[in-house]
Amino acid sequence: MSETATPRRTLIKGAKILGGRPQDVLVENGTIAEIGSGLPAAGATVIEADGRILLPGLVDLHTHLREPGREDSETVLTGTRAAAAGGYTAVHAMANTFPVADTAGVVEQVWRLGRESGYCDVQPIGAVTVGLGGKQLAELGAMHDSAAGVTVFSDDGKCVDDAVIMRRALEYVKAFDGVVAQHAQEPRLTEGAQMNEGTVSAELGLTGWPAVAEESIIARDILLAAHVGSRLHICHLSTAGSVELVRWAKSKGWRVTAEVTPHHLLLTDELVRSYDPVYKVNPPLRTETDVLALREALADGTIDIVATDHAPHPHEDKDCEWGAAAMGMIGLETALSVVQHTMVDTGLMDWAKVADRMAYAPAAIGRLAGHGRPVAVGEPANLTLVDPAYRSLVDPAGFVSRSRNTPYKGRELPGRVTHTFLRGRATVTDGNLT
Amino acid sequence: MKRHLISATDLSHDDAVLILDTAEEMGRIADRPIKKLPTLRGRTVVNLFFEDSTRTRISFEAAAKRLSADVINFSAKGSSVSKGESLKDTALTLQAMGADAVVIRHHDSGAPHRLATSGWIGGSVVNAGDGTHEHPTQALLDAYTIRRRLAAAGAAGTDLAGRRITIVGDILHSRVARSNVHLLHTLGAEVTVVAPPTLVPIGVEHWPCAVSYDLDAVLPKSDAVMMLRVQRERMNAAYFPTEREYARRYGLNGDRMARMPGHAIVMHPGPMNRGMEITAEVADSPRCTAVEQVTNGVSVRMAVLYLLLGGAEPAATKETHE
Repeated sequence: MSETATPRRTLIKGAKILGGRPQDVLVENGTIAEIGSGLPAAGATVIEADGRILLPGLVDLHTHLREPGREDSETVLTGTRAAAAGGYTAVHAMANTFPVADTAGVVEQVWRLGRESGYCDVQPIGAVTVGLGGKQLAELGAMHDSAAGVTVFSDDGKCVDDAVIMRRALEYVKAFDGVVAQHAQEPRLTEGAQMNEGTVSAELGLTGWPAVAEESIIARDILLAAHVGSRLHICHLSTAGSVELVRWAKSKGWRVTAEVTPHHLLLTDELVRSYDPVYKVNPPLRTETDVLALREALADGTIDIVATDHAPHPHEDKDCEWGAAAMGMIGLETALSVVQHTMVDTGLMDWAKVADRMAYAPAAIGRLAGHGRPVAVGEPANLTLVDPAYRSLVDPAGFVSRSRNTPYKGRELPGRVTHTFLRGRATVTDGNLT
Repeated sequence: MKRHLISATDLSHDDAVLILDTAEEMGRIADRPIKKLPTLRGRTVVNLFFEDSTRTRISFEAAAKRLSADVINFSAKGSSVSKGESLKDTALTLQAMGADAVVIRHHDSGAPHRLATSGWIGGSVVNAGDGTHEHPTQALLDAYTIRRRLAAAGAAGTDLAGRRITIVGDILHSRVARSNVHLLHTLGAEVTVVAPPTLVPIGVEHWPCAVSYDLDAVLPKSDAVMMLRVQRERMNAAYFPTEREYARRYGLNGDRMARMPGHAIVMHPGPMNRGMEITAEVADSPRCTAVEQVTNGVSVRMAVLYLLLGGAEPAATKETHE
């Protein structure tokens, strides 16, 4: 699919922008042309929103598209299709591919594949260190200067555990307003780690992944970022203690941002009792106390954004014993439903906050132009239409992603993305990809 | 009883007592000139061992053979598993061969649970030790040994109510400890685990047992002291400073044994690290039940296989219904 130059008009009738009163939204040539009541439908494709919620197109700061290297689990094309189905118009592709996205060449390849897919914009993330090895800085400047225009750098999957390398990376990216997104995991404290360390791990005899392994790195990196005056982003916060640390950093005025995944907002380590590797993820599922702290922090803004950490794996890597299984869950197609379920339906957030946590703020952290913009006249028409009244049981067979490793199979979740627009062009119509 | 034996928590109080009582009957067979029952004739028991464990494997093998079952030993070493075959494909292969029970030893915690719940096989699954999770038949043979030694004659039908059992050693990594804590608690015993704090898991406060770091304080109040094997390599991960320091603080020697009540026994699941967790003097004393535990292991495993596969009814009657 490619963008066409012919004029296109779409009229979305009776949509509740960020959950407000129903209005008509006229989209013309990729831009929001008019917002009002009773707008003329002449020459336009009309979509009866019928009171559904209109949000800015969602932006994911943490997606594993797996290409190049693991096309058996996902490709840029299948991953961006899954993203569109989930209401996303832009995703940030993590760097832990094969080869690693640690050079201008690889990030440009991923960026180009994204443009060719046409389903959503793909903004590559560059590795912080060569081969995610944690020893030598990758050519961060070259990746920034490339066509991919990388501003977010992460060794995600691995922690930048060397304090000096982390300090240098934080300092270095200031030259181009970059940000280092840290996967906070102290490696020695998590050798062989299989699940959250606590009551359940003690019973199951699985090696524990203690909260302190995440929190100690976050504490260190907050202090480093403060010391050198850099931007720090913390990936997938999973513990109540991490929330306290980020809250403290923000109270100091330091430039620290944080994300939480949908699964850490909903699931706990009690699920591991099944030994079903679909619940194996890094950082691991934590306790009910952690889940509630994460929800509260997302609502009050301590945690800035929801990021999926969409991590596709082939069936055989999950259809095995726990210890042999890969870590990770897919999440693009269920993220908004989980956020509605845990945050909106519980009264913790309204849809305006959802727009902030899933579109405005992630685009701002990634310095991503043209995304995460208000639903307002003159803005790019990156839009997502949601039916919050819809209820369904999650059925992986219906997923667009190449992988099926969802932890929500058979679970009832609310909400459905009925339409997604990328610069005015529908990528999803009536719940189906175009 | 449940269809599988994965965890000691699968067993109710009555299940556990039934197994111990059945094991008593099985034990009497071992004293006969012909140590064999026809109960499981025509049934196939597979010993699926992903980890080296000659002792446990031959114990299960002897148990199954004394019940006249056909036994297939499947060792991961030198088999297709070492060539990368998945647990699933191995399981499907065994299913295709018609395994009525699979006795599995695996290095990953939870592997027997996966085998039992994944739908890959239809037979009963018996956990013969998984990672650092559980080893329920070891706990059963330990409970059986304690009951025999402490209750002497007329043990049938009784549990371990009020017995004070102390488990000493690497609790963190021990599947024997996890299964024993649960089973002995189920049987009414008061369990105390003793270890250096580094070898006690975070979360132990939810276990049905007491925790102590002081072996000497616990010994006089113990009816049985179970010494766990402590791998010397643990020292390299800084769980304790040196072997000698471990042995001094947590090893059982003659002096310490003398502080135990006169009737109290010393147990060890084997293989022993003489000089580490137990001195030769203790290991070779009549109070040490290590060899007896091996004998009892066969009886207990016979009981487990009999109850899981044969059930209460004689096999012949069952066949006429099918």
